[in-house]
Amino acid sequence: MSERITRDEVIHVARLARLELTDAEIDEFTGQLGDILEHAADVEALDVGDIEPTSHPLPMSNVLRADVRRLSLERNEFLAQAPAAEAGQFRVPPILGEEP
Amino acid sequence: MSALDIAAAVRSGERSAADVVDEYLARIDARDGELNAFNLVLAEEARAAAAAVDATVAAGDDPGPLAGVPVALKDNMCTRGVATTCSSKILEGWQPPYDATVVERLAAAGAVAVGKTNLDEFAMGSSTENSAFGPTRNPLDVDRVPGGSSGGSAAAVAAGLAAISLGSDTGGSIRQPAAFCGVVGMKPTYGAVSRYGLIAFGSSLDQIGPFSTSVADSAAVLEVIGGHDPLDSTSIDAPTFDLQAVLDRGVEGLRIGILRELSGGPDSVEGITSDVQDRAAAAAAALEAAGASVQEVSVPSATLGLSAYYLVAPAEASSNLSRFDGVRFGLRIDAPTTGEMMTATRTAGFGTEVKRRIMLGTYALSAGYYDAFYGKALKVRTLMLAEFATAYEQVDLLLTPTAPTTAFPLGERTADPMTMYVNDVCTIPSNLTGHPGISVPFGVGDDGMPVGVQLLGPALSEPTIYQAAAVLEEVAP
Repeated sequence: MSERITRDEVIHVARLARLELTDAEIDEFTGQLGDILEHAADVEALDVGDIEPTSHPLPMSNVLRADVRRLSLERNEFLAQAPAAEAGQFRVPPILGEEP
Repeated sequence: MSALDIAAAVRSGERSAADVVDEYLARIDARDGELNAFNLVLAEEARAAAAAVDATVAAGDDPGPLAGVPVALKDNMCTRGVATTCSSKILEGWQPPYDATVVERLAAAGAVAVGKTNLDEFAMGSSTENSAFGPTRNPLDVDRVPGGSSGGSAAAVAAGLAAISLGSDTGGSIRQPAAFCGVVGMKPTYGAVSRYGLIAFGSSLDQIGPFSTSVADSAAVLEVIGGHDPLDSTSIDAPTFDLQAVLDRGVEGLRIGILRELSGGPDSVEGITSDVQDRAAAAAAALEAAGASVQEVSVPSATLGLSAYYLVAPAEASSNLSRFDGVRFGLRIDAPTTGEMMTATRTAGFGTEVKRRIMLGTYALSAGYYDAFYGKALKVRTLMLAEFATAYEQVDLLLTPTAPTTAFPLGERTADPMTMYVNDVCTIPSNLTGHPGISVPFGVGDDGMPVGVQLLGPALSEPTIYQAAAVLEEVAP
């Protein structure tokens, strides 16, 4: 069961997902994600080389509508639901000076 | 009283919609403190909608096929100006500025929304224990779970707190709670019901469908909510279903396959209890006695469904849930920079299961693991589509138990995610393939709790599914 995913990988993935985990959560997730990935070993081990992947159950293509003017939803109604808005836009704290 | 009976009485003026809605609101008042099926009860709005239905009748007009029918909506469907939470703290205070297409269609058919129902946070779970607002209890035994993730919608209909309800099914989230609560639950073909206004979990898997106490009610609701919607680019551009017309056709000449890998026995996935296996076998025998031919059919890749699903669904979820970052909706935890604000908001706003799935999905999509996990899972979907297509050359429908067990006690499976995930083993394949499936109650297990039997068919085989489901309902013990 061990080493399907390491503690350091869990910390890295949490950073990618913008989540901050406590030490206890890191330990818990390391074990649990390892168990889930262990279960997925049947998929990982499968020889499916030349099979095309299916990302969607329907044959998908772009759906276009006629280029006709119509009313859209009210911008102000969306902005009113935001934690902060100003001058017709969502307002956020400074983004400069952050680590990449 | 069935939804169709209510609608008939209201349309004919025999009973007022106001009277019907008062009856249901009184039952919610009496029972929901214990069950916690509802996140929000819309008493005022429901009374106003019922009054409008009654005014339409009084004016000599027809309010629609679901006139005055009290409906409960899973709280991941957008309702204009009414809180929509996904049972998550991260959407705290958010009121969508628009209605989901299904919400509009139900209202246009005369149905009366009585409330928003509890779910596992963002529909991630199989017991409705992952809700930020506490678990929903099974109305048939309040020490047991109602199933999930649409547990509130299932419990509401089972307890008579709504005549019908809507759920969403990403890996079994309509069918499994329907089985646990002893009601009918239908997951339509992917694209048959608009997802516009359904807050996304796994976009290639999610589908909205009805809960009801009868197969006929289920058919009536699907006729109303189904059909093409230009606002959902994955909506199938096909004529709407004509389902109520097929309910009395019987199963003479229909070919039913027992799906070997999901029915217990030597080639099957493990964990299907013997009482559940027996009920499914009895259902097959009953269909045979009613004139269907029954044979065993093999779909070997069905055993890979669980693994493939728990890579595909978290991967899609990790992408879909990236929009919850404190910028546009709901919760924001203030911090000096935007990046820190996003991390603080997501850390405070998401519950443990949601974090676990975001982590799993982010990992499965990350450099170095994409091909081994997500990429392979997508190839399993192709394999499954091919094998199910072969199976549906031999039979019209497949039959399996809906869930491996009956409803389990609250708290029994919360410690170990894998023991929770295996609940979905029989329902997941049809989400990966986009095929329809219905759960119909068929007797009880050794513990006296209901058992659901699932009928599966190829894409857009809803009429055949309802035709057989009506027979199953009639012959059920």
